This record gives sequence, structure tokens and C-alpha cells, in this order.
Amino acid sequence: MTEKKKGNAFTDNPLVKAIGLQKIVVVLVLILLVLVFSVASSSFRQYSTLLSILDCTYYLALLGIGVTFCLITGGVDLSIGTGMFCYALIGGYLITKAGTPVIVGILVTVLCGLIVGTINGLIVSKGGHAPFLATLCTMMIVRGMGAIVTNNSSITWPSAKAPNGWTRLLFKLDVGGTKVPIGLLWVLILAVVMSIFLNKTRPGRYIIAIGSNKEATRLSGVNVGKYQTLAYMISGVFTGLAALAYSSAFQSMIPGGGGGIELNAIGGAIIGGTSMSGGMGTISGTIIGVFLMSVLQLGLPMIGLQANWQQVIIGLVLIIAVYIDVLKNKRLA
Amino acid sequence: MGDVILTMKGIDKSFPGVHALDHVNLEVRKGEVHALMGENGAGKSTLMKVLTGIYSKDSGTITYEGKEVEFSNPREAQDAGIVIVHQELNMMGHLTVAQNIFIGREFMKGKLIDDKRMNEEAKKLFDQLGIDIDPKETMSRLTVGKQQMCEIAKAISHEAKVIVFDEPSAALTEAEIEELFKIIRDLRSKQMGIVYISHRMDEIKVITDRVTVMRDGGYVGTLITKDSTKDDIINMMVGRVIYEDPKTESAVPKDAPVVLKVDHLNAGKMVKDVSFELRKGEILGFSGLMGAGRTETARALFGADPKESGDIYVNGEKVEIKTPQDAVKCGIGYLSEDRKRYGIVVAKTVAENSTMASLENFMKGMFIDKKKENEVAQQYVDTLKTKTPGVDQLVVNLSGGNQQKVVIAKWLVRNCDILIFDEPTRGIDVGAKSEIYQLMNELAAQGKSIIMISSEMTEILRMSDRIVVMCEGKKTGELDISEATQERIMHAATLRD
Repeated sequence: MTEKKKGNAFTDNPLVKAIGLQKIVVVLVLILLVLVFSVASSSFRQYSTLLSILDCTYYLALLGIGVTFCLITGGVDLSIGTGMFCYALIGGYLITKAGTPVIVGILVTVLCGLIVGTINGLIVSKGGHAPFLATLCTMMIVRGMGAIVTNNSSITWPSAKAPNGWTRLLFKLDVGGTKVPIGLLWVLILAVVMSIFLNKTRPGRYIIAIGSNKEATRLSGVNVGKYQTLAYMISGVFTGLAALAYSSAFQSMIPGGGGGIELNAIGGAIIGGTSMSGGMGTISGTIIGVFLMSVLQLGLPMIGLQANWQQVIIGLVLIIAVYIDVLKNKRLA
Repeated sequence: MGDVILTMKGIDKSFPGVHALDHVNLEVRKGEVHALMGENGAGKSTLMKVLTGIYSKDSGTITYEGKEVEFSNPREAQDAGIVIVHQELNMMGHLTVAQNIFIGREFMKGKLIDDKRMNEEAKKLFDQLGIDIDPKETMSRLTVGKQQMCEIAKAISHEAKVIVFDEPSAALTEAEIEELFKIIRDLRSKQMGIVYISHRMDEIKVITDRVTVMRDGGYVGTLITKDSTKDDIINMMVGRVIYEDPKTESAVPKDAPVVLKVDHLNAGKMVKDVSFELRKGEILGFSGLMGAGRTETARALFGADPKESGDIYVNGEKVEIKTPQDAVKCGIGYLSEDRKRYGIVVAKTVAENSTMASLENFMKGMFIDKKKENEVAQQYVDTLKTKTPGVDQLVVNLSGGNQQKVVIAKWLVRNCDILIFDEPTRGIDVGAKSEIYQLMNELAAQGKSIIMISSEMTEILRMSDRIVVMCEGKKTGELDISEATQERIMHAATLRD
């Protein structure tokens, strides 16, 4: 009567339980990777490499935080990759071509994300579309829209030296020639806030409950459609924020780009222990997961593996992560 | 027993083609445990769905605490104090116990959820019930029994006055049932009205005060438990007249060879040590109540679900059946109870469905020989008298009975000698039913051997040469048709050890 499902001394350790076994494993893998790359490549040990890894991590982490909410409801948001490019293109176009104040450009960038996120949420919750399909469609729509608005030309946000180039310093301060990765602080603050939102507020609790058992949640008197929509709105807003991070780090973007980035973000979330079938996931896990992704992205070329090999290796890592997800679900069934 | 708290009177409910409830009465008093009994399909669940507003009633009255009520959804019923503890639990497995109990009405501390207080309140509920569950444990890590206790705690936290238990003991162990009974007695002493739906006769005797029996959607009567015997209740449950002639003796010769032998089959919780033999030309009926493990036995035998142990012999030879392909190779065909999901492809034609299990015989090089496919399909349309405008008709356009014939054709084309019919006439109208029966008899006369799983007693008694009765995954009886009666089958079907 009192027996619980099987475990062992290590997995039943309260500390291991609190952090989650998968996260511990991923952190260990991450440390191992950093060690291997550092030994194998002297350029990996440079401070500038750390800055590059962080530049990649900011936008991936922001996308990852947002999409984690969709994944936890049992859905997905595929529009975040091309969406990020689209919003950055529109914001950058306003600032550089239309001459609007920078702050307006920034606000419009985030607002675009919110609008598309809301549309995604409504299509899924009210329209009853499968999230995969709904966001696949908006993924194509935003890819096209970005190019249409900018007249099919690349956009380059103002450079750091330009009079309205302060957006370039949002995530990386320049203190007497030394670059300070201030963006890490923003990302961590947002991660903590969203983590509290997910675990400690009613909307967050209902988002988890919907992913765990939608019908039971509905029967408990919870407005399921509302919170499902909210998850996609969060994903949209964070895509807007990611667009800012991307512009700040890389300055320019081509129309119609960004496809595939969503998979890196979703992959990061899954590596961090978020379940594709819903009900399970943490923001901290996602942050660790996307960090692993960007370390792989930057580290692999430095040890001499060309870009195509990165794709292969990241694909393999994802298969392992998803397999762990399948095993977890079997245990819960 | 105290005052009457809930009265359902003359409840009538029809669905298209089915008179599901025919003037049913139920009265529940404060401080009583009231059993609601009946065979599969007697209307117990429908009655409870009418009570909690999942279905609306056509006529009749529901009086609760002296006032006439009509709930439009379970939430309203719950707010009024009527709660169902379902057999299939409605829980969110990833959340903790306390989070589940208070979902939708969390305790707050400002903008944030006060999980500490929720854990404390949950603990208080459990203490009140005298059960030991950690409110912080993740729901899916608890045993089914404990999860059910959580549902009960949730019901009590809603200040329930009437709790309906829908087959609560089905998935519980002996010890868990003991604990459940302790809680139910405790709730009774707190003057709650309890409706207890169960098939288990011995439990009814132990825990309930009164029994209301339903049969075929109608109200049969209410008994006081301690003044009645198990036989009284069984007679009320099965007391219908059988209109169709039941088979009186087996049509199978005594020396007919055994074509299928299942020896000590074990698979999951629902198939425990099941052994039986099937003879050539025999219709072997599988009877039992819902959840007896009949379909599970068939699926394990067919290789659709993994088995843990046990041997299968076809025509005296031991065979390994690990997948449905293996079973089909051994000449076993399975007609699922859920035709639409497992039996046919509705968006394909009669011809395509007919040859689906034996396509390799219809190939001309790399391509399907359409002409041969149509010819053979037409041949079976003729022999089975399938009503279809042509073999190129989509199956979705056929009636249930004719769809079933297409499934039968599929296995006949494959030349299967052993056919498992799982609820062969479910969802089929009366006229088509007797056609299917006739067809099964013809198949048996031609030397095919049939396992027929059926929840309809009349069907079992009309068709079977021999009857295997199951209860909770075990074989609890085997009767020759000459000695089978409704009462004997029901006895075996409620036999627990």
C-alpha cells in the first residue's frame, strides 16, 4: 500500500529530486564539453569565445523561455525562428529606413511578437487547430511578411558608434575597451521571473495542468482556452525580445531568414527536460539546454568540425534527449 | 439511516434508437451506502450522468435536499455538493497531490500561490480521513488506490453531501479496498449519502445498506441489503425473458479436434493464468462483466499486446505469437470491438478493405491486381450478402452490420480458420444482428472455429457451444451450453477469490 514506484538511492536523493536528474546530467555534459573544447582548441579558451557563446545564447534562451510555455501545454510554437527575423526586420526598418525613434522601433518589434503570439493562441484554442500546424502556417506567414515590409532587402540595425546605436549596447556594455556581457543578467532576471510565474501563480499552474490533463483541468472549472492562448502570447513576446537580442548581437538580418532557429530553441528546452507531450518542464532546464546548444554551435567548428557536422551532432543529441523524454513518459504512464 | 437527501423519480432518457432510461427511481438517505447494480448496459452510468448534468433528462424529477434541481454540468452539481469519484480518475499526473485537490481554487498569498497552505489543508483532509499521503508527492507516483483516496479527499473538500463511487474497487488491491471501506463507513457516519456502483456481489453485502437494481434501462426494485441474499439480487439483475431461442446443446461433435489451445496465459493486470481450448467448428463464448479481461485475453493471444508467459498451440503445434502478423500467419483473425478504430479503414473501398490482410496474394509484380481484388471482394459480398452498391463503394457509406461483414470478409479472404469476434453485434441494429448470427453459425458449420466475446447474455446463450466466464482477469467458469443459465454465468462472473 505504501510502496512507491521503483527508484534507487541516487534518484531518490531529495536534492537530486529537487533539481531533476536530467538537469544534473545535462550540466555534467556541458562541463565535459567545455573541458574537451578547451583542451582541444586554444581559441576556445579565449574570452571572445565566451562572448560569442553568450551572444548566441541570449536569443536562443529568450526563444526557449517562451516556447517552453507552449511545450508545457502540450503544444509547440514553430513560428519563433522566422518570427524573430521578421520582427527584427520590421523594427530595424522603422529605425533605419522610416526614421522612427529607436524606442518606437523596439516597442514595435516586441508588439509584433505579441500580436503573432495572440493569433497563434487563438487559432489553437478557439480554432482547434493542432499547434504544430497552426504555428507552421504562421511561421510561413511571418517569413513572408518580414520580406514584404522591408521590400525584400536586408536590414542592418544602427552600429554601436552611430548616434542611435545604443541598442547594440543593450546586451554587451563596453567598459573602457572591455566587453561586459550585461545581457546575461537580463536573461537570468527574466528566467527567474518567468520561473516564478510558471510555478507560483495561477496562470502558470493552469498551463502545467492543461499539459498534464486538459479535460480534467476543464472539469475543474478552469478556462482552458484562455490559458492556452496565454502560453502562445508569452512565446510571442519572448520572440520579440529575442529579436532585440539578435539585432543587438548580430546587427543585420536577411529577409526570409530565421528558419531552423526554432528547432534549436525547442531542442534546448527538450534537452533541459521539458516534455514534448506536456505537463513537464522548467525554465532553468531550458536555459541550461540552450546553453549546451550554443556551446556545441561554437565549439564544434573550433575543434575542426565543419558546419554540416554540427547539424549531424545536434540532431543526434536531440534524439537522445527525446528518447529520455519517451522513457520518462513511460514511467509516468 | 437518516432523512432522504436525494430522490430521482421517473427518470426517462432516450438517445436516437435507444431507450436508455425507462422511468428509473433512486432514493438516497443521509448516512446510507446505497448500491446501484445491474449488468453491463443496464443504465447505471447513464443515470449518474443525468444526475450530474452531463446528460439532460427527458422527463422525471430530481429532488435534492427538499428542492427540485436540474444541473447543467458536473461543476454545478459539485458546487451543490454532489460529487462523482470516477473509475477513471480525473487527475493531472504531473502536479502534486495538494495541487490536484485544490486545482481551480488555489489558496493565494497576494499574487502568488500559497503552496505551503495548500499542503497543510490537504494534510488536514487526509488526517480527517485517517489516511497517510504526502500532499507534496507527485500524483502520478502514487498507486491507483492512493490516487482514489485523493479524489475522495477532493470531494470532501468540496463539502460534498452526496458522493457517487463508480466502480471504485475495480483497480484496487485487497488492502486498498479495506482502507476504502473504512473511509466509506466513516463518511456514512458523518451523514453523507453514498451511491456505490459495483459488480462485486460480496462487496455489496459488506458495505451497503440498500440495493437498487436496474435492468435494460429500467428500474427493477430496491432491497434492504441485510434482508436479501446474493441470489435475490442476481435474479433481479438477470430476470429478463430471453426472446430468442437459446442454444440448448452444443453442435460440436465430442471428438472434434482442438484447433487452439491457450495454456496459462498471463498478460498485464487483466489476464491472469487463463487457459482454454477451442475445437474445430465450435463457437466459444467469452462472458463476463465490464473489465473482466476478455478483450485483453484476446489481444494478448493475437499478439496485439505483450504477454508475460503462457503457451499457445495451434492444431497441436506450439506457436510463438509476438505480433499480430504472427497470429495472422497462424490463421487467426481478430474482429475488434471497436470497428472504426481497429477493424476497417472507412475511407477505403469494400474491395480494398477485403484484401487488406492478404495483399501479397493480390500482387502482379509490384502492382496490386485490381481485377483479381474486385473479383474476390465481389465473391465475398455475394456469399456474405453484404449490402453495398458495389465493391468500389467506400466502407464509410455502409451500415454497421454491413461494415462488420466487410471485416469478416477480410479475414475469410485471408483464409483464417480461427476467428475472434469481439462484441460482434455492438452498434448493429436488430435485423442485421440476426444476419451476423446466421453467418457465424454457417462459418462454424463449415469448420471455422470462433471465439465470441460478448457482454450480452442473450447473445452468449444463443450462439455459444461452450462458455468461458471471466472475472478480473481470471477464468472463473467454463460451462457447456447444455448446463448454462443466466444465473450460473452471473455467479461465475461475480466470483472473486
